Amino acid sequence: MGRYIGGRVVSMLVTFLIIASLTFFLMKLLPGTPFNNQEKMSESQIQQMNEKYGLNDPVPVQYVTYMTNLFKGDLGVSFQQDGRSVTTIIGERIGPSAYLGFQSLLIGTIFGLLLGIIAALKHNTFLDYGSMIIAVLGISIPSFVIAGMMQYWVGVKWGMLPVAYWEGFEYTIMPTIAIAAAVTATIARFMRTEMLEVLGQDYITTAKAKGLTSTAVVIKHTIRNASIPIITIMGPMVVALMTGTLVIEQIFVIPGLGEKFVSSIMTNDFPIIMGTTLFFSILFIVVILVVDVLYGIVDPRIRLAGGK
Amino acid sequence: MSMRQEQLPDLTDDMFQPADIDSSKNEEIAGESTGFWKDAWRRLRKNLGAIIGIVIIVVLSLLAIFGPMMNEYSYHEQDLMRAKLPAKVPGLENVGFLGLNGVDIRGVDQYEAKGVDEYFWFGTDEFGRDQWTRVWQGTRISLFIALAAAFIDFVIGVAYGGISAFYGGRVDNILQRIIEVLVGIPNLILIILFILIFEPGILSIILALAVTGWIGMARIVRGQVLKLKNQEFVLASRTLGASDGRVIGRHLIPNVLGQIIITTMFTIPNAIFFEAFLSFIGLGIRPPEASLGSIINNGFSSLQIYPHLVLYPSIVISLLMIAFNLVGDGLRDAFDPKLRK
Repeated sequence: MGRYIGGRVVSMLVTFLIIASLTFFLMKLLPGTPFNNQEKMSESQIQQMNEKYGLNDPVPVQYVTYMTNLFKGDLGVSFQQDGRSVTTIIGERIGPSAYLGFQSLLIGTIFGLLLGIIAALKHNTFLDYGSMIIAVLGISIPSFVIAGMMQYWVGVKWGMLPVAYWEGFEYTIMPTIAIAAAVTATIARFMRTEMLEVLGQDYITTAKAKGLTSTAVVIKHTIRNASIPIITIMGPMVVALMTGTLVIEQIFVIPGLGEKFVSSIMTNDFPIIMGTTLFFSILFIVVILVVDVLYGIVDPRIRLAGGK
Repeated sequence: MSMRQEQLPDLTDDMFQPADIDSSKNEEIAGESTGFWKDAWRRLRKNLGAIIGIVIIVVLSLLAIFGPMMNEYSYHEQDLMRAKLPAKVPGLENVGFLGLNGVDIRGVDQYEAKGVDEYFWFGTDEFGRDQWTRVWQGTRISLFIALAAAFIDFVIGVAYGGISAFYGGRVDNILQRIIEVLVGIPNLILIILFILIFEPGILSIILALAVTGWIGMARIVRGQVLKLKNQEFVLASRTLGASDGRVIGRHLIPNVLGQIIITTMFTIPNAIFFEAFLSFIGLGIRPPEASLGSIINNGFSSLQIYPHLVLYPSIVISLLMIAFNLVGDGLRDAFDPKLRK
């Protein structure tokens, strides 16, 4: 196991180096100017600014500087916010995003598991079809449509919840539902398939034959075994959450990382785009690694196959 | 016993014929043979969800093609005199709860207030452009982007995965290492960076979606081909002297086709979603061109007062996504009944 994790960490670092280099060179290709009001600046001012942020150095030198700084945990400084460091900005912004992400993941998982379990236990009944219709809707309807409809009806028309901003728990409810819908749907469908698979296994028949109550069979044998593979879809799920938060933060005007990312795209603030990109990538790679390792721990069959 | 015999009609010898016993026909299969496609089509037809999906896709595609021509307005024709009108449909305007009577949320009949006699079925936007025309124009572009991206994914993915699995060995090794690196990069980030470099537009969005989109297809095709290429029927074909091309064309591709179609079917809604998503973060289609995503995004700025600008394109995009997902699910069940749960 240790060796397996070691190998994975090495390949993770390689991937990260590639992403960092790729991001850097792509940024260099970007059209447009990184400064706030370049049109108003004189030629010498632009020169001065370029000098200040090291944009006059040859690209390879900039690259080496960037990469060495990166390994010291320094992501550079924002061109537009008067040289504030990108790490500080990410630090300020990560709170709401992380909160929203975790809350959506938690709620989505709970409801998804419930729906999936009910659908499987009541296979081919009204409850099953109902749950699966909800699941198809949840997967299909884009989060921004759900968000818009809630904002209009729940927020504006009925005035039950605040329409936007980020000032307390009630402000988190609508964004959470908008993001959690897709999570719920994905997990519900997956869980239903797994449950049906497990319910057909011999060990369930054994458990019933030895006289266990049906509650015990469902809880101890079916749900437990069926929920293990859920870990495998957690990786793609986190990516979906990232995509979700980008849009949802925009719609609900939440001061999170996604909102910052989008606004820096609009203003060409390269260091922030780069920093956030790298941050998202690291998050993604680490989640995939953790998921794979966790899966190896909970399901020994995978460990034997993967860790050879 | 005797009772029953009495009730039998008279049986005479001429009612019987000697049975024709031809041993060569013993093995003959009665009835038409059911091929893979026929079988799949039969199962698909029974799937209510898939049929609903197909109907929705056909209707929306027709509207995307003919919708913009159904009235005299063009998608970029501006007229501030008739800006921000709610929807008004002849005939349905008298059915109150539908909200198609040209009355806005404050209860003012905007058509009367602005002295407009025409009907705008989906209302107008802030520049007075006809929303009906724009929505279908946008659907057209969204569908085009999705289909084009799915097609590119299909071509690259099938070729890449097929070559990787068919030739195996070192080729496979190198191609798979490349995929491993690409998979490690979140596709969202790649897509955004890609569009930042090439100015946003239909072509750059299609390319950006295709940059990472083919990987899933390549992996599925590779897995399927790996599984198939060592089976007996391929060996038999090779023993009979079939060339690589014939083995691929006649034996491998037809057997993988089901999986390929299913994957493509799920690529399309994904591409529609990503295109809309890009509009939301300001990297979508540039005006006056419009896609469903950019129309919804524009509408969001005045959602509280003019909900119709968000409502109709949202319904269209949701229907499209639901339909493609339903058909995808249906096809998966039809092609691979083993997976059916």
